[in-house]
Amino acid sequence: MNPALNLWLIPILPLAGAVINGVFGKKSSRQTVTVVGLFFSGAAFAWALLVAARFSSLSLPYQEYLAHWIRSGSFAVDFAFYLDQLSLIMLLVVTGVGFLIHIYSVGYMWDDPSYYRFFSYLNLFMFFMLTLVLANNYLLMFIGWEGVGLASYLLIGFWFTKDSAASAGKKAFIVNRIGDFGFLIALFLLIKHLGTLNFVQVFDAVKPLSVETAGVGLLTTIGILLMVGAAGKSAQIPLYVWLPDAMEGPTPVSALIHAATMVTAGVYMVSRSHMIFERAPIALTVVAIIGTLTAFFAATIGIAQTDIKKVLAYSTVSQLGYMFMACGVGAFSAGIFHLMTHAFFKGLLFLAAGSVIHAVGGEQDMRKMGGLRVYIPWTFLAMGIATLAIAGIPPLAGFWSKDEILWKAYQTSWIYWLIGLITAFITSFYMFRLLFLTFFGDYRGAQADTQGHASPGHASDTHGHGEPHESPMVMLVPLMILALLSVVGGLVGIGNHFEHFLAPVFGPGATIEGASEAAGGYTEYLLMGISVVVALLGAFLAYVLYLSKPYLPQKIADGLNGFYTAVVHKYYIDEIYAAVFVKPLIDGSTRILWQGVDRGVIDATVNNSADAARSVSDEVRHMQSGNLRSYAGWIAAGSAVVIAYMIWKWTGAR
Amino acid sequence: MVPLSYYLVLSGFLFACGVVAFLIKRNIITIFMSIELMLNGVNLSFVAFAAHWHALAGQVFVFFVMIVAAAEAAVGLAIIIAVYRTRETLNIDQVNLLKL
Repeated sequence: MNPALNLWLIPILPLAGAVINGVFGKKSSRQTVTVVGLFFSGAAFAWALLVAARFSSLSLPYQEYLAHWIRSGSFAVDFAFYLDQLSLIMLLVVTGVGFLIHIYSVGYMWDDPSYYRFFSYLNLFMFFMLTLVLANNYLLMFIGWEGVGLASYLLIGFWFTKDSAASAGKKAFIVNRIGDFGFLIALFLLIKHLGTLNFVQVFDAVKPLSVETAGVGLLTTIGILLMVGAAGKSAQIPLYVWLPDAMEGPTPVSALIHAATMVTAGVYMVSRSHMIFERAPIALTVVAIIGTLTAFFAATIGIAQTDIKKVLAYSTVSQLGYMFMACGVGAFSAGIFHLMTHAFFKGLLFLAAGSVIHAVGGEQDMRKMGGLRVYIPWTFLAMGIATLAIAGIPPLAGFWSKDEILWKAYQTSWIYWLIGLITAFITSFYMFRLLFLTFFGDYRGAQADTQGHASPGHASDTHGHGEPHESPMVMLVPLMILALLSVVGGLVGIGNHFEHFLAPVFGPGATIEGASEAAGGYTEYLLMGISVVVALLGAFLAYVLYLSKPYLPQKIADGLNGFYTAVVHKYYIDEIYAAVFVKPLIDGSTRILWQGVDRGVIDATVNNSADAARSVSDEVRHMQSGNLRSYAGWIAAGSAVVIAYMIWKWTGAR
Repeated sequence: MVPLSYYLVLSGFLFACGVVAFLIKRNIITIFMSIELMLNGVNLSFVAFAAHWHALAGQVFVFFVMIVAAAEAAVGLAIIIAVYRTRETLNIDQVNLLKL
């Protein structure tokens, strides 16, 4: 028998924080808001740690029933929580990284007039994310799924007076709805054919089904629809376009929601549904192809971006592609492993980028940075570690997880591996490009400083800056902790500890992998070596182009004329979407629905009948003179007509 | 024995007189009287038919009409007095508040 863990406390605590800060925050001092915001997210983390400490004594999966929700015949959905190895990892990542980013936000957002609102939203996000992670059925998961979308919308548009931020928020929300459409249909199919949304019952029902090798069956359809949902939330092709725009939000938000936690919800959902995907190879292939293409595609866009946060955004899209590639080749634990390490180093990258932006007074253009390592050494250290980690240099976290994915991909098809390897090269290149442009060379932002540099959105940085300065301790401590995690976070993957830990969730696949691993040990080390060399090559190329021969990039760009422009403009994807989807929609709505149906039919019907009534009345009203004798005349005339008719009808006609 | 048609002609004449008076007179009292004239014109044809067909129904109808006419007179005269009190006139053309 399991002890009562009171899992419900974990999501409820941040919700309480959100409510308290949202309701009373406006009148409270910053200190109070800080204490409330940090206490409740910290308490959730502490409780998660407590759960982790007692984890080994549990019989899994641990389920906690809270309340009825929907009861309709045999169909039942409850407010209930579900804990297994997979949720535990997500739980620790979300609360841990989330708590660190809460601390960081204290420093980053201190001068913002809506300080309390920020913390309220951030806590609200934690609530929904934890609901998503802990739900024991798809519907409760969907509530969390939508909730994090809402929090994401609120936080992207946090500086809503800025037009671009407001529209970026809307874009994120709308693009996500497209994905949610797929997710919802998948849920409906599950209800129709399995009659339940409870994880345990769904997987029990799916388990005896045979693998759908030939053609598209039920499970394949559900799998692909789930992937549509995941592609929306996790910014995969073709729905990735919202994530780069989401960088309009405050940097801690980019770190928490758009790098470490929310965008990985899709990976979590696909992994959670592995039972369905394993029986639908076509859906798995779709996942793998989408992931691989996204990884490669987004990485190439990342090369040419000049906005420091946009580079990281495309990098996030690319890394998420890796995770889906892992899921697609059936290596769910490798995907989750990368999810975890990515949360560490990408969260760190964003926080460090935020620290850089803070240091140079709201500037995000890397061309106006440079040489910052002298001014902000701690941030440089953190950023350096994170760059090494994401580039895949051993023994940092990214190396272990990325290599795990590449190895698993290689076992499925060398094509995935090759594209993944090229992507790793590009990743290393653009990350070192970012590092070199920002921290090395000479500071290029001096002239900007004298011209009132602070962009209007960065309310936190509106105070004047002489020269770049290091961020306060409250921002540096989370950086250091995440840096430490980025260094050691990958070590749990050595000897497949991580995979074995997750084996109860993902089934016996792990042991088979283990067997083949022993056989393929030599190949694995070879591949490992190749990817390290490739990562170093990428770094070296960046060094050549951006440090030793800084005139070269422009030359190459000129040489690649058309292609380079296309990359700078992100392959014109936004423009294509605008032309293919948005414009026809707007035109159709304007011409057909608005001018045609609304004005032409609905308004016209009402207006014309009103006009007709008026013109008829205009004629008829002359009869109503108010003169009694004229009424009498009408009555007499009317009676005469009636009598004449009657006489004609009953006498004349006979 | 006076033939039926005589009664009917007289009845029609009385009714026509009532209608014409109703239409051309301006004094409310006169109009009211012309209504009574029309009613009585109809009454006459009722009793004429009743006598002709030896049917009692026509005479019963006449009583009904007379009762209604009495009630109408009570209400109508009350209205006329009310009108006169407020408007200080009995000219129908000046009682035209409902005019557009």
